[in-house]
Amino acid sequence: MSQDNRIIRVQHLVRTFGTVTAVNDVTFDVRRGETFAFLGPNGAGKTTTIKMLTTVLRPTSGTLELDGLDPVKDSTEVRKRFGVVFQDPSLDSELTAWENLDIHGVLYHVPRRVRRERGETLLKLFELWDRRNDLVKTFSGGMRRRLEIARGFLHTPRVLFLDEPTLGLDPQSRNQMWTHVKNLNATEGVTVFLTTHYMDEADRVADRIAIIDHGKIVATGSSAELKQQTGADSLEAAFLKLTGTTIRDETFSAEDRMRQVARVWRR
Amino acid sequence: MSVVFILWLRELKKYLRSRAQIVASLGTPLMYLGVLGFGLGPVFRRAGEGSYLQFVAPGVIGMTVLFTAMFSGIAMLWDRQFGFLKETLVAPVPRVQIMMGRTLGGATVAVLQGLLIFGVTLVAGFRPTSVLAVILAFLIIALIALVFAALATAIGSSLKDMQGFQMVMNFLVMPLWFLSGALYPLQGLPAALAVLTRIDPLTYGIDGVRGILIGTAHFGVALDIAVLLGVGVLFVIAGAWRFSKIEV
Repeated sequence: MSQDNRIIRVQHLVRTFGTVTAVNDVTFDVRRGETFAFLGPNGAGKTTTIKMLTTVLRPTSGTLELDGLDPVKDSTEVRKRFGVVFQDPSLDSELTAWENLDIHGVLYHVPRRVRRERGETLLKLFELWDRRNDLVKTFSGGMRRRLEIARGFLHTPRVLFLDEPTLGLDPQSRNQMWTHVKNLNATEGVTVFLTTHYMDEADRVADRIAIIDHGKIVATGSSAELKQQTGADSLEAAFLKLTGTTIRDETFSAEDRMRQVARVWRR
Repeated sequence: MSVVFILWLRELKKYLRSRAQIVASLGTPLMYLGVLGFGLGPVFRRAGEGSYLQFVAPGVIGMTVLFTAMFSGIAMLWDRQFGFLKETLVAPVPRVQIMMGRTLGGATVAVLQGLLIFGVTLVAGFRPTSVLAVILAFLIIALIALVFAALATAIGSSLKDMQGFQMVMNFLVMPLWFLSGALYPLQGLPAALAVLTRIDPLTYGIDGVRGILIGTAHFGVALDIAVLLGVGVLFVIAGAWRFSKIEV
């Protein structure tokens, strides 16, 4: 089973919240070692799908598999195999960069020596080594994101989920971040599963793309295939052809309300 | 075990680094101690109950522990969305270890705050019976802290957004504090109030601390400890159960 070249298999996945169906009969595969982009307008079901794959949300129905294991039944084993950078920050801003990394290592049972060595390598790679003993609350948005990604790699996961990792970053930071991620993707063979609203970014880094809209997959393929399929000359044009040009008004949830407060307090 | 330890240590580090918060959190207890302690003193004495400061000091320590412990758990709500909690929820460790690390950390911080305010009461003129009594009293204070840190974890795991926070403060934390007999003796209360004070676990906590520190307990220290232990076990189980159900 583990020889299967599909590291993620999603079949007929459904998730409802009350009367709202956020994910509606979604089926797709992700191949081992590839960079897979999951694109869609706001509220299309991207984050909900990632939450189910990363064991923090239970599916209503359908089957999920990550490295041959079920995230619902074998959650602990599945958790060992992935790293994740959520849309909202998940660092402890009252701790230093190094402490954040070290706690992660303990949580993933990474031996102390490995924690030290790999932690150093990753912090140097993501250009945070000089700031390792500074509190995270003194970091810029870009530095925090880099630290989260470095942390996600610490326990040598097989899949790394990145949910809108470049939101709010300038082109320089975005560019540099992807260079490092693609490097690790190549050297360690880690599968990268990302969501983004920047089409140029998806076009450049992703081997394959799935487009989701209203909780359903509307197209899958490489960027070239999607362009060809829609007769569009850019991925952005293809995306708009597939998902339409209407703006999506999401209902304002409790989560959004907290996000708004968070923005004011700039934690 | 290393997971519980490192999460406990994290809570402690954060506490020790937040000097401003430590000072700010002393404001309310200081007001109760200063204003009520000295303000109601003469009336209390005339009623033949002795020194009100002696009476209220254990109550104010209990209040500090209650507020700090409850806050640690409710801060979880924020932490779940924008903080470190989500990171721990996807880690390959049993949820109960994460819950215990957090809860013990929150309880430890509450005990430290209690210790701090105990120092303040000494300066204000509070005189416990002996040094040994102080050590014993802090064992009970640790129990109070654990009871409410666990309760807060259970509530923090169940709340959906920050609106719920106000509800918990106004309809749970404040009543727990005002009904605990921290501010008034439990003898001769109207029947309804007497019943309410008896279902408040903090009542037993403060009664126990008072019993040990100044030698006058309403229920008796043994019963106080038994109730705290029982409620503590119940709340830890409830907390662990609610925590295991968190979806993000």
